[in-house]
Amino acid sequence: MTVEEADMRSSSRGDLRALSRWISAIGILPVLLTVLILGMCIIDPRFSGVANVTNILRNASVLAIVAFGQALVLIAGGFDLSVGAIVALASEIAAVTMRWAGTAFPEQDALIIALGVGAALGTGILVGLVNGICVAVLRISGFIATLGSMSVTLGIALIITNGIPVYGLPQSFITQFGRARWFEFPSAAYVAIAILLVLAFVQRRTVLGRYLYAIGGNSEAAIVSGISTRRYQIAAYVISGLLAAVTGLLLTALVGSGQASFGGDLMMLQSIAAAVIGGVSLHGGVGRFGMVALSAIFLSILSNALNLLRVDSRIQPIFIGVILICAVALDEIRRRRTVHD
Amino acid sequence: MAKEEASEPILILRGITKRFQGITALRQVDFDVRAGEVHVLFGENGAGKSTLINIIAGTFQPDEGAYRFDGLHLSHLTPHRARGAGICAVFQEFSLAPNLTVVENLFLGREIRRGGILDLATMRRRASDLIEELGFDLELDRQVGMLSRAHQQMVEIAKALLGEPRILILDEPTASLTEREAGRLFELVAALKARGVGIIYVSHRMREIRALADRITVLRDGQLVRTLEAAGVQDADLVELMTGRKIDGLFPTFDHKPGRVAIEVQGLSAARGAVCDVDFVAHAGEITGIAGLVGCGKSELVRAIYGLEQIEHGEIRLHDVAQNTLSPRHSLRRGVVYFPANRATEGLALARVVRENASMSSLDVREIARLGLLDTRNERSLVQQAVDRLKLRPPNLERPAGRLSGGNRQKVMLARGLMRDLSVFLFDEPTVGIDVGAKREVYDFMGRLLQAGAAVVVVSSELPEVLALSNRLYVMHHGRIVTQLEGSEKTEQNVLASFFRSEANAATGAAS
Repeated sequence: MTVEEADMRSSSRGDLRALSRWISAIGILPVLLTVLILGMCIIDPRFSGVANVTNILRNASVLAIVAFGQALVLIAGGFDLSVGAIVALASEIAAVTMRWAGTAFPEQDALIIALGVGAALGTGILVGLVNGICVAVLRISGFIATLGSMSVTLGIALIITNGIPVYGLPQSFITQFGRARWFEFPSAAYVAIAILLVLAFVQRRTVLGRYLYAIGGNSEAAIVSGISTRRYQIAAYVISGLLAAVTGLLLTALVGSGQASFGGDLMMLQSIAAAVIGGVSLHGGVGRFGMVALSAIFLSILSNALNLLRVDSRIQPIFIGVILICAVALDEIRRRRTVHD
Repeated sequence: MAKEEASEPILILRGITKRFQGITALRQVDFDVRAGEVHVLFGENGAGKSTLINIIAGTFQPDEGAYRFDGLHLSHLTPHRARGAGICAVFQEFSLAPNLTVVENLFLGREIRRGGILDLATMRRRASDLIEELGFDLELDRQVGMLSRAHQQMVEIAKALLGEPRILILDEPTASLTEREAGRLFELVAALKARGVGIIYVSHRMREIRALADRITVLRDGQLVRTLEAAGVQDADLVELMTGRKIDGLFPTFDHKPGRVAIEVQGLSAARGAVCDVDFVAHAGEITGIAGLVGCGKSELVRAIYGLEQIEHGEIRLHDVAQNTLSPRHSLRRGVVYFPANRATEGLALARVVRENASMSSLDVREIARLGLLDTRNERSLVQQAVDRLKLRPPNLERPAGRLSGGNRQKVMLARGLMRDLSVFLFDEPTVGIDVGAKREVYDFMGRLLQAGAAVVVVSSELPEVLALSNRLYVMHHGRIVTQLEGSEKTEQNVLASFFRSEANAATGAAS
């Protein structure tokens, strides 16, 4: 090898190193997202059409909201497998309540919708509370507690309606909310952005946010610091349940019926994927909601792109699985590099 | 003792450099070990000792430099290959499987087999021979996870010695041993020396260094300061070499002014029998020490006072008020703070930044948070003041705590004590695993608390430390307070004698 060759090698290695440092500074996600968007714009003109973009935004918003809840629980050092089931049950409870209220209080759409929304949110809070108590008081691992409650919740959802979609929602709920577009953007996007802003505020400026990070970072240290860890762990699961219920409502309003098939395993898997790809650590204590939103957009665009490219929809879970594993592997490598003695 | 000045080093490292993400942990370090010597590695935390022994043990690859062992150049060393070559290490972090028994752990990864089947009898025989030779009090069939830290340390050492090492690395091996166990370890080190094993010994404890070292290598900021013969070296010289500055005397002299009673404990039994019928008093304006062997219940006593242990019996009075509900949160509100011994498991959230770790225990204080909303500007300025007073290096509030050295982690934890109004400070092993310079800063911190009229309680397994710091010293043994020493009675002999007296009492009690 001549001197020049050696020089070139070392300089190209230097470039690579600079690139990898740059990527690790801003994260690999924005880079992938940009590449994906630019690539799809070039390959398929339908991608950037209004209908398609609306579709993507809707999917991304729905996913982001569940993923925010999942991220919150992961940050606090837990795990929530029940989110998909809560989406399904909340959707059905909302639809059943509205159908009943429709006969009890005909023509009073505002009241009917309020009752349905309240019932759905209450369902989410209740399941979250059960999860939280199982984890914080009974000391069951989050994984098992929510695996169990997922099964129970989904079972209840199936029993209520025998798996048949529930119709009879007020039209205004569907047209003026679920399928509405305000200033060109789908309604779900506004809900997601509002939740994101609230959570970002909670993370930076509230004691609740600080404690969740502290508990996930080191629960023993949190106890020694006088933090009532139980209360805040329960709060994390309740918020996660609540956000899953919001997602259930959005899907119900969009589709126009309550269905036990909403959410489910795929949404649970996607919510974990979105959180972890967004940099939330499975070891707790680390994660930012803005990045989770970005990764929800990434996953939605990816699945949309695969649809446009006519990739079999049954193959899509394979993609998500592979990406999830890669994201966790990256997280582990990052941890090994930063935290060592 | 035979002098082997001229014996050839068996391990030679030349010009070793190691970087982590642009930070140079070691720069051009030379180091060698001769057969049959104890070579002490000495330096502050973050000086590069750990990195160096990890390179020798094959955990890290050096970025530059040469590594010769037994006359052979070695490169791309892995822990497995290093072990195969006869380089064994006993790190502070144990490499034991807690669910396996002592024998299973000893032979883990090099089980003796006969025709593919484990030869349990031979393994047992060799294990029991070794343990007997070492004089350790270990049961072969106990699960390692059930053993105390000191016993786990013994298993770890036995495991290293089973491989008949030619180089043995001991990283602060006495940190969790009692005096007696440590004494046995020193005899063992002497025996290994005689057998021609080269020993690399990392320690902060001057007494051990004086007793064991043949040569001492001092590292500072990743660079070699000097390698010197141990004979005739003064402690002060070593400390000066290590810190690059003069430190007069390890322990400061405090001006104790015992005032009113801050804590009064009566007939306390707690932590499932770890604390037994204890009476204890701590006054404002003095340091109250609690000494005792590892596992004697001294740590559980202060943890019970803080509200971390279950209380079975007895009363705890704080500023003359009986306490009914004891929990960390209530204790902090009443002005009591506890600094745990293990900073990594109970002290800090390592992934979170210094600022969040320092303010973690004070978010219920009005200056920092009202109605659940944080005043981040106030928080930042309060934390800044606290870490400035403690001389945190680097004084960067937004650095994850996991990237700080042991001494600086301790300072972040101590900063919690300056964030709110507190009057009682409970220190649990305040200087374990931190270097001399940082130790001195911790002592000075206690001195300032004392001047401000606080009650300070220090629990420590390091006898010279509690003896020097405390005004009154309680000695605990098997969960009970066996004696209280004050003034001129406060000597090492008296403390040790009280252990034996209590052992003897227990023996006669059992006999009668």
